[in-house]
Amino acid sequence: MNPFTYTRVSNPSDAVHQVTGKSDVKFLAGGTNLIDLMKMNVQSPAELVDINSLALKRIENFGGGLRIGALASNSEVATNLMVQQRFPVLSQAILAGASPQLRNMATVGGNLMQRTRCYYFMDTAFPCNKRVPGSGCPAIPGYNRIHAILGASDKCIATHPSDMCVALNALDAVVRVMGPNGERSISIGDFHRLPGDTPEVDTNLHPDELIVSVDLPQSPFAQRSGYLKVRDRAQYAFALVSVAVALELRNGRIETARVALGGVAHKPWRAMASEKILTGAKPDEKTFRAAAEASVTGAAPQKYNSFKIELAKRAVSRLLDQVANETSGGAK
Amino acid sequence: MDPETKSGAMENVEDQSTERKGDFFPDDIDSVETLTEEGEARRLFLKQALIAGGGLAAANLLLKYSVHARSAANTVLAEQQNATPAAGTINVKLKINGKTYPLILQPQVTLLDALRERIGLTGSKKGCDRGQCGACTVLADGLRINSCLALAAAYEGKEIVTIEGLADGDRLHPLQNAFIKHDGFQCGFCTPGQIMSAAGLLKEGCPSGMTLRECMSGNICRCGAYPGIVAAIEEVQGAKA
Repeated sequence: MNPFTYTRVSNPSDAVHQVTGKSDVKFLAGGTNLIDLMKMNVQSPAELVDINSLALKRIENFGGGLRIGALASNSEVATNLMVQQRFPVLSQAILAGASPQLRNMATVGGNLMQRTRCYYFMDTAFPCNKRVPGSGCPAIPGYNRIHAILGASDKCIATHPSDMCVALNALDAVVRVMGPNGERSISIGDFHRLPGDTPEVDTNLHPDELIVSVDLPQSPFAQRSGYLKVRDRAQYAFALVSVAVALELRNGRIETARVALGGVAHKPWRAMASEKILTGAKPDEKTFRAAAEASVTGAAPQKYNSFKIELAKRAVSRLLDQVANETSGGAK
Repeated sequence: MDPETKSGAMENVEDQSTERKGDFFPDDIDSVETLTEEGEARRLFLKQALIAGGGLAAANLLLKYSVHARSAANTVLAEQQNATPAAGTINVKLKINGKTYPLILQPQVTLLDALRERIGLTGSKKGCDRGQCGACTVLADGLRINSCLALAAAYEGKEIVTIEGLADGDRLHPLQNAFIKHDGFQCGFCTPGQIMSAAGLLKEGCPSGMTLRECMSGNICRCGAYPGIVAAIEEVQGAKA
């Protein structure tokens, strides 16, 4: 690891002040992704600002929904009773990711800022447009089994690795951030970016902004929600494909639907076409199959990942069926 | 880290399993990026010992060296209590197994390296050094974490418990007894991490719908001693319930 200076801050505005106007500085929260990347020289900031002492760990009722502090650990969120009962998809998604040790360390804010697990990005022996802009993408002609099938560009085909963020996309979450000019809110759908011509920029968070909370609004569909993750082994692996679903059922019809996919794009992928098919339809197999078919509309697979198209469709269809037929609300 | 050097070193020691004594496992030969003079000497020594052909002689030399390294580490600690930090270093007080250790560290020193290289507590192992294998698992304020991904500086003020702090004097922790009873290991390298992770699991609980194996998924055992590990943890869980 390259040397860096280490500073601790004790309140959010000091944290923002500490990074304002600097280019080579990072906030340190759980460190599970950042320290790993620093050990491999994928990232080598000159300064780390340790924000672990900030009072941003609470999970509390807020406007009928929940406000989750940016420094609440992944474990705390996943095992929180309010989350489990009212937003089951979020608890399930977090528990589907990483290991118990990592979930104890990793924070909600850090999870939002996770970088891709593309093996070319993680290995400094290779060029990578995300790591060194303009250097090229070896994943496109290379081994791209884990890469994107939707929304990719000719500069980058990396996927977003988070499970939590897929669930947040099905819950219409809002990310609250603080910058030098005060606070602003970013809807989760606008938080992460598609690669386009600037794959080095993962999110629309400004470099001098600090994530302070993730707000989950009250909604009629959050409680009947679930997460399904498909991966190479049963635990502790990144998703090949994952799906988050939330449904509001009323009088035998689907009133509102949310479908988001993970492991398929540079950001968690809202399947709007599926949601449109589901809305107002009867919750039966025919509807679910049609919605699944529409979930990967526009997919453009690479040489080694066309299997993700069929995998995503089957995952969507199976999870929709499971969530719609749950008697208690939350899927397992 | 040079993986070839490392696996070579492991095989060398593996051959001596019947002669194994004390704590001489050369698991960190090339893994520490900022070595003290003492660290440099240790690295050179370990390499020479291994080049010399492994064998009993090397094992004995390593054993002697590890005793020397521990007393040297204590000296460094004592000296540091009164020293002023050099440029780029920071003062960090770590609470490990109920004892406070004042250290002067580079900010990039991980909790694992501080434990092993500076304090001399080598029970926590360095396996992958990337948060994937769990050999470095310790408890921080009662929760299990990967100490290889934790900056020591960021853990000031937390109560750290390592495998060395789990037993009550000479009385082993129930998990330690159960691992012995159920043969929850073969080579033993992952065992401190497995036991600390299990200790964390007993406190944290396994979320409903998840199996014990899933709740221990952060710890890899390359010997495949999983049946014994699971049996050991289940026995202690059962006794507690």
